[in-house]
Amino acid sequence: MKVLVLVEEYNGSLKRSSCEAITAANQLTSSDNITAIALNASESALKSAGKYGASNAVNANESSIKGEAPALSKIISDYAQQNSFDTVLFAADSIGKEVAPRVSVKLEAGYVSDCVGLEVNGSDIVATKPVYAGKAQAKVKINTANNILSLRPNVFTAKVIAEGTEANYSEFTPTLDDKSKSVKITSISKNEGKLDVAEADIVVSGGRGLKEPENFNLVENLANALGGAVGASRAVVDAGWRPHSEQVGQTGKTVSPSLYVACAISGAVQHLAGMSSSKFIVAINKDADAPIFKITDYGIVGDVFEVLPKLTEKIKARH
Amino acid sequence: MNILVCVSRVPDTAAKIKVAGDNKSVETAGVKFILNPYDEYALEEAIQLQESKGGELTVLTVAGDEATDVLRTALAMGADKAIHVKANQLEKDSFYVANNIANVAKELNPDIIFLGKQSIDFDSFQISSLLGGLLDLPSVDVVSSINYADGSITGEKDIEGGKESFETSLPAIISVQKGIKEPRYPKLPQIMKAKQKPIEVKEAIETPLRTEILEMTLPEKARAGKILTGSDADIDELVRLLHEDAKVI
Repeated sequence: MKVLVLVEEYNGSLKRSSCEAITAANQLTSSDNITAIALNASESALKSAGKYGASNAVNANESSIKGEAPALSKIISDYAQQNSFDTVLFAADSIGKEVAPRVSVKLEAGYVSDCVGLEVNGSDIVATKPVYAGKAQAKVKINTANNILSLRPNVFTAKVIAEGTEANYSEFTPTLDDKSKSVKITSISKNEGKLDVAEADIVVSGGRGLKEPENFNLVENLANALGGAVGASRAVVDAGWRPHSEQVGQTGKTVSPSLYVACAISGAVQHLAGMSSSKFIVAINKDADAPIFKITDYGIVGDVFEVLPKLTEKIKARH
Repeated sequence: MNILVCVSRVPDTAAKIKVAGDNKSVETAGVKFILNPYDEYALEEAIQLQESKGGELTVLTVAGDEATDVLRTALAMGADKAIHVKANQLEKDSFYVANNIANVAKELNPDIIFLGKQSIDFDSFQISSLLGGLLDLPSVDVVSSINYADGSITGEKDIEGGKESFETSLPAIISVQKGIKEPRYPKLPQIMKAKQKPIEVKEAIETPLRTEILEMTLPEKARAGKILTGSDADIDELVRLLHEDAKVI
C-alpha cells in the first residue's frame, strides 16, 4: 500500500488532526510508504511529519488558491496518479470532507468518510464509521483497488514514533485550469479565541433547564475554567438562545471530546446521538430519571444553578 | 433558472435505531421516516429562488418504492415535478446514488443543484462533491447564505469556528446548512394539489458497490454510571474523579 495523507499547517505546526491522520496511516503500511502532502505549507511544518511516521513530505505551491475543493482535489489527484498512490487519507474536517469525494471520483476509489477505526484484512481496508449520528456504527469494506478515507478528528491519537526524524521534503508545482478554479474563497472570518465545539477536547453544553438565555453564563464560566468550548441542545438553539454552530446532536454537530459536561440537558435521543462517543460524560440535572444519566460516567443529581458555580470555583482553585 | 433538488428519506431524529436480522442494516419496521431535515432547507432555498427568478424546480430521489412519500412532501412544499430513480438493490453506496443523480442531471442541465449538507442516516457527506467530480462542476458545501447574480453566486459557508465567503460560477452544486431559510409547512390545499403533480419514474443504473457494509452494531461503552449529589463533598469528589480517574483536568 502506498499512502498519501493531506495535512494542514496552523500557526507554524501541523494541525493535530493532520498528525492523527499520519499516525493512522501507520496502521495501513510502513513509514517509507507514507507521504504527507500540504498546500502552501512551510518547510519546517512539513518536515515535522517525519516524527509521526511519514517518510516523505510534499509541498504543493499554488498561492492563487486557499483550499477550494475543485482546485485542491485536482492537485491531490494529479499527484497521487503521477506517483502511483493507491490510498489517500484526509482529516474529516471542512476541507477533507469536500475534497475527498472528488479525489475518489478521479481515482475511481471507494471512499469511507468520518472513520473512527481502521483495519487491514489481507489486501482490503475495513473502516468503522458512525451512522445515524452515532446511534449505530458500520464496518465498511472498500471493494476497489484504490482507497480513500477521511478520519474523524479527536479519535485517532497522534503519536510521535520517531522523535527528531524529519520527512524528506520536496515541492510540487500544480497545473490548474480555469475549471478547477471555478470556486473562489474570498474571505475567511474566524471567531478568534473561540473554540469550535466539534474540535474542542472539552465541551460544556447547556439545555432548556437553564430557563433563560442569560443563564448560559454559568455554562460559559465552567467551559472557560476547563479550557473547553460551549455546546447547546437543539431546544435552546431552536429557541434562539444560542447559535446553530454550537448545537450538539443529530441535526447539529457530532462530538467526541475527552470530557463532555451536559448541564440541564435531559438527553433526547437526537442529542445523545451527537455526544455519546465522548470519552467521559458528566451530567448535571435535577431530574434523577433524566435519560442523560443512562450514558454518564459521573452524574450529579442537583440544581445547575447551585452546582455549576461551585464546580467552576473548585476547578479554578486547582489551577 | 432551472433548479434540481436532491432529497432522501431517513428515519426520524427521535427514532431509536435497532440492528436488523441481517446484522448489516437497521430495522425499519415501526420506524417513522421523514424527508431528510437538511433537504427541507435545500428545498426552501430552491423554492424562494424560483419565486424570484422563475424557471422549473425538479425534486429527485434515488431510492426504493417507499420514497414516494417524501417526493409528495417536496411537491407539496412547492416543487413542480419529481423524478424517482428506482433503486432495486437494497444496499446503495454514495457513489451509486451520486452516479444516478449525475445521469439525470446530464439530461436536465440544471443551473443549480441543491442538497442538504448531509443525510442524517449515513452522514456520509459525499453526494455534493461526488456530483461535482462526476459532472465536472463547482460545488460548495455547508452553505449558510447565498446571493444570486447573473451566471454566478456569492455566499457564505460554515467552517470550523467561523465562516468563509465564496464565489462561484453557475451551474454549480450547493449543499446547505440548517437555517439558510426557514422551511415552510405545506397546507392542506398544497398537499392536495401535490397529488396531481407528476412523478416520473426512471430505472437506476446499477453499478458495483465501491464500498460495502459488512456489519452494523450499536455502540456499547461501559460507563461508570456513578451518581453523586450537589453537596460540597460530592462536588469535591467529582473534581477528584475528573482528575484521577478520567485524567481530563
